[in-house]
Amino acid sequence: MATKSSWAHRLLVLPAALWLLVMLVLPLLVVFVFSFGERAPAGGYIPAFSFDNYLNLPARLTAFKNTLILAPLGTFAALLIAYPLAYYLAIKASVKIRTTLLVMIIVPFWTSILIRTYAWIYILGGRGIPQLLDWIGIEGVRLINTPYAVLIGIIYGYLPLMVFPIYVSLEKFDKRLLEASEDLGATPMKTFRDVTLPLSIPGIATGCMLVFILLMGEFLIPALLGGGKVFFVGNALVDLFLQSRNWTYGSAVAAALVIIMLVTVSIYMKLVMRGAGQREDVSLI
Amino acid sequence: MVVPDSSAPIASFQQVWKRFGDIVAARDLNLDVRSGEFLSFLGPSGCGKTTMLRMIAGFEQPSEGDVYLHGNRVNGVPAHKRRVNMVFQHYALFPHLNIARNVAYGLKQAKPKLAQNVIDERVDEALNLVQLDGYQQRRIWELSGGQQQRVALARALVNKPEVLLLDEPLAALDRKLRREMQIELQNLQRNLGITFVLVTHDQEEALSMSDRVCIMREGEIVQVGSPRELYDNPLNRYVADFVGKSNFFDGVVESTDQGRQAVKLDNGQSLDVDLSATGKPLASGHPVTLSVRPEQIVLARDRARLPDDAAIVIETEVRNRIFLGEHTEYLLHDDAFGEFLALAPRQAEANEMPFEVDERIYVSWSRTAALLLDNTT
Repeated sequence: MATKSSWAHRLLVLPAALWLLVMLVLPLLVVFVFSFGERAPAGGYIPAFSFDNYLNLPARLTAFKNTLILAPLGTFAALLIAYPLAYYLAIKASVKIRTTLLVMIIVPFWTSILIRTYAWIYILGGRGIPQLLDWIGIEGVRLINTPYAVLIGIIYGYLPLMVFPIYVSLEKFDKRLLEASEDLGATPMKTFRDVTLPLSIPGIATGCMLVFILLMGEFLIPALLGGGKVFFVGNALVDLFLQSRNWTYGSAVAAALVIIMLVTVSIYMKLVMRGAGQREDVSLI
Repeated sequence: MVVPDSSAPIASFQQVWKRFGDIVAARDLNLDVRSGEFLSFLGPSGCGKTTMLRMIAGFEQPSEGDVYLHGNRVNGVPAHKRRVNMVFQHYALFPHLNIARNVAYGLKQAKPKLAQNVIDERVDEALNLVQLDGYQQRRIWELSGGQQQRVALARALVNKPEVLLLDEPLAALDRKLRREMQIELQNLQRNLGITFVLVTHDQEEALSMSDRVCIMREGEIVQVGSPRELYDNPLNRYVADFVGKSNFFDGVVESTDQGRQAVKLDNGQSLDVDLSATGKPLASGHPVTLSVRPEQIVLARDRARLPDDAAIVIETEVRNRIFLGEHTEYLLHDDAFGEFLALAPRQAEANEMPFEVDERIYVSWSRTAALLLDNTT
């Protein structure tokens, strides 16, 4: 009986497992195989085993550099802005204000990120914020097509993904713990440091992970707000696969990105786990 | 610093009102908590007992009136600046800290800072006090409810508070464990000499542990006294009903004569009641409730066996019988008196065989056994 039911339970995983195998594992394998191949004259693929594509990676160093600077920076900036907001929503706000604000955070999601990012082109462009700054006497500020514009766009686009996990972790913990801490003589600052912050680490970890992983593959925001000057690895891939039709080199760049992400995410996980001190009450994702 | 005066109240409420919007949670409260006593706030939920506790803790501030701790007015002083500690209803232990660090939490806030070895020592002492030696490194979720309760107690006591506040601390425990913890709490309180203030809706808990019980209703203090005072001299029907079981019969005072009052019950029966030493005579025509404790009722098969000084003798029918070990509880019925309870001790039953259901027996109570409760309070 036991084996039968456990087999039945395993069947529950089957659709997802098949999907991941066909749609994720196989394509990834194809990418790895291609990355060692040679480019055919018309942009096709010739089977081979060479490291030329990988040796050529430095040619796209800027894209890697931009991604590896702006993705962590964007994640960190989003965290700094999201945490106070999530804290306010979960702990201080009345139910009415909380609902209103949550709706305001969710509703923009109903519009495509493409359209919302286009809006930022105008906000950051010559007639937007720079002109506003001009009026109050700060002249010559250029935002659009700079890394700052990309950073602002990134923070705007990914903020909700950071706010929600933190909000949930702050919202679900027993608020009496805050009273208990105060009762034991802790000032509000110490209560925050010793109770609220440690108990929201799961939310912070989840939010940072979500935002960071998605940012590493971002291409839309740099393309629109970076004006072709602030390239991410994602933009390099679009370029290599769709414009220059260099599939083998593109595969090598993609493979390199996957490897970098695997390494950084595992280091990150390890650090977070150590920070959480093998707590069983904390599930990271 | 005010030098503590042992005779002065350790906590005091003076004309305290507390409003939450339109709801009045505390209504002109005046109460002194004596140093070193075990005081309970007893009442149904929503009677304001928890609000009082939270005003001592500093989580709530009075809307009007003053709260004093050790003679100092503490209105507006936040909880973290008060030398009182609370054991929370569901313990509120920190899930991200182990037992030792939970208990050390209050000590870590001390100024000037305590040395780590001093903290460790006091944590060990506190855990020893609640019989949790060797649990220092355990996690909260590894402990049973009773053990978590002890950790919560240790976490509060380790700070040597002037007052320990307990908010329905035993509500989540099963009956047997609750009884054990009641005895333990009582012992702790006596040995440590710390003032305990407990909030509960469980009358047995309040009566068995406390030196004094403060009975509350709808934001008001109804009566404060030792469990025995409340049981023997309840101010009104509410208190008599809350403290132990009782039978109530409504009526009016007919006449008063030398500490003896004649009462005419609404069911037409008349009987005499002796005034207790503290009781004040009530004027004729005054509405009263006669309260007769079940154990004050004497039962007999044979009318002649009843005591001579009976205030009343009723012939009743036994409706139900519940064996309680030391006692047997009888549910009796009479057309005039309705259903009422009587409690027969085991020794008394040795003379007369236990009464059977449907049997007709005689019951009585003496003039001193019944209490007259003023219905206007």
